[in-house]
Amino acid sequence: MKLIEAIIKPFKLDEVKDALNEIGIEGITVSEVKGFGRQKGHTELYRGAEYVVDFIPKVKIEIAVADELVVKVVETIENTAKTGRIGDGKIFIIPLDEAVRIRTGEKGIEAI
Amino acid sequence: MRFKLSFVTLLATVALMLPVALLAEEAKPAAPAQAALSSAQKAAPAAAAVAAPATAPTAAPAAPKNVDPVLNTGDTAWMLVSSALVLFMIPGLAFFYGGMVRQKNVLSTIMHSFVAMGIVGVQWAVMGYSLSFGPDVGGGLVGNLSKALMNGLISFKDGNPVFALFQNVPTEPGAIPEYVFAMYQCMFAMITVALISGAIAERVKFSAYCVFVLLWTTLVYDPLAHWVWMSDGWLFKKGALDFAGGTVVHLSSGISALAFLVFLGKRHGFPHERMAPHSLPLTLLGVGMLWFGWFGFNAGSAIVGPNCSDAAGGLAGLAFATTTIAPAAAGLSWMVAEWIHAGKPSALGFGSGVVAGLVVITPAAGFVQPGAAILMGLAAGVVCYGGVMMKAKLKYDDSLDAFGVHGVGGTFGALATGVFATVGAKGLLAGDMKQFMTQVIAVAAAGAYAFIVTLVLAFILDKTMGLRVEKEDEIMGLDQTQHSESAYN
Repeated sequence: MKLIEAIIKPFKLDEVKDALNEIGIEGITVSEVKGFGRQKGHTELYRGAEYVVDFIPKVKIEIAVADELVVKVVETIENTAKTGRIGDGKIFIIPLDEAVRIRTGEKGIEAI
Repeated sequence: MRFKLSFVTLLATVALMLPVALLAEEAKPAAPAQAALSSAQKAAPAAAAVAAPATAPTAAPAAPKNVDPVLNTGDTAWMLVSSALVLFMIPGLAFFYGGMVRQKNVLSTIMHSFVAMGIVGVQWAVMGYSLSFGPDVGGGLVGNLSKALMNGLISFKDGNPVFALFQNVPTEPGAIPEYVFAMYQCMFAMITVALISGAIAERVKFSAYCVFVLLWTTLVYDPLAHWVWMSDGWLFKKGALDFAGGTVVHLSSGISALAFLVFLGKRHGFPHERMAPHSLPLTLLGVGMLWFGWFGFNAGSAIVGPNCSDAAGGLAGLAFATTTIAPAAAGLSWMVAEWIHAGKPSALGFGSGVVAGLVVITPAAGFVQPGAAILMGLAAGVVCYGGVMMKAKLKYDDSLDAFGVHGVGGTFGALATGVFATVGAKGLLAGDMKQFMTQVIAVAAAGAYAFIVTLVLAFILDKTMGLRVEKEDEIMGLDQTQHSESAYN
């Protein structure tokens, strides 16, 4: 099992969610996050006072998947979240030791 | 403990001033005011007041000199509306300023405007109106207290109320109840002191601010209104032009804001810490409300125009037009100036430009024609944009640019009035150099007076109550530390 964590541009969220649904992913966790990569921040100017905003709003998606689905999921996210411009985000693949469905007590693949 | 002490000082100040006002009420005025209020001193019989609407318009051409004033219901209706419009500017100002501060200070900033309505509302009735528009004492410097508590504005004949009428030019018929005039002017006093709060937001102690509001209105605003708008006032007699408050309202509050800053110091973290506006929609909502209310401010001021006795006539129409045109031009010119200088046309910039245009056209509203209003507006946007940029260069912390917009705009507007005036007065372009020099004198005198008295007031308050909140309280935010509330839950 793997946990796929993708940081994407907020306006791409719906597209990515629909694409993941189409390939059979049933559960995702979404958080609003802030950060920066190569895109760096941006500047805001209020009546002559200039502020550099380092952290840019992003969306983080977390999906727990069986090993054989990893490549497909990553490809799907990569294809749908891509705009080609700086700041499109990143995908991290993290080993997942265990998963438990709280309602039934199922474990492992059954739980995701 | 410190708060309690401050609160006691506030109460003591009010308590000290009440007896003075009450005593003065007993005193009879030695001589009635000569021009503006002379007719208003004589209470018109109730019957005449009732009959007025039908007779006033037709009687105008043949009116004898120094007739008793006759109630004009059209003027009265417009002045009631105008008064309410000016009051509406105060929540407008509260939102304008409130949106520009950080989230933790929005309520405190809004309160600075709202509490001014409370304090000045009472102060004006107790003594402010009398000090501003009461019979003159001291050679055009201030009114006496014979109208304290609005004394003399109502009397009773055979048990029926008889209301005093106000008329600016006693040789023309057409007057409004003096209560209406007094309340119209009350709204001006309320908003003027609230304008200062923009310079001191996010760090001033609320108790000290409340005392400041009371003292500043009494010692600075009331005399200035008397100088400029009362027919006995020395600047009025000199012929200084201030249609709706360029000198009395904007210049005085803007310059006072600068004086106050000296004692208050910069906000912690200024200018390197992020102090961006927390809600620009709120600010722009405030701009809209201000513009709307400003029609009452300027078009209502036809009542005090030196060559006009009708409040709801052509002059009001002209003032209404210039109040539309100048801010429109100023919003555009600020936007373009910023576009060129900073690279983007910001929403805050357009809104600030509109306010700058309103400030600059205020003294000129009924003295200039629309072509001049466009020029004044275009200049206002650029001049006040420069006024705001100055802050970054000179490194003083005028939180919301009360000085940059109102001080600079008020000064520029008063001088520009002396340049562009063509209606009821002649400015520099119409060949009257003297009028321009009068404007310079008025600006210098009012500016210097406001600056010096505010410096003294701020010094005294700083040494007695303390003007500023503790560093820890400032970082925590004034909503929490001064009011125990938070704006957004």
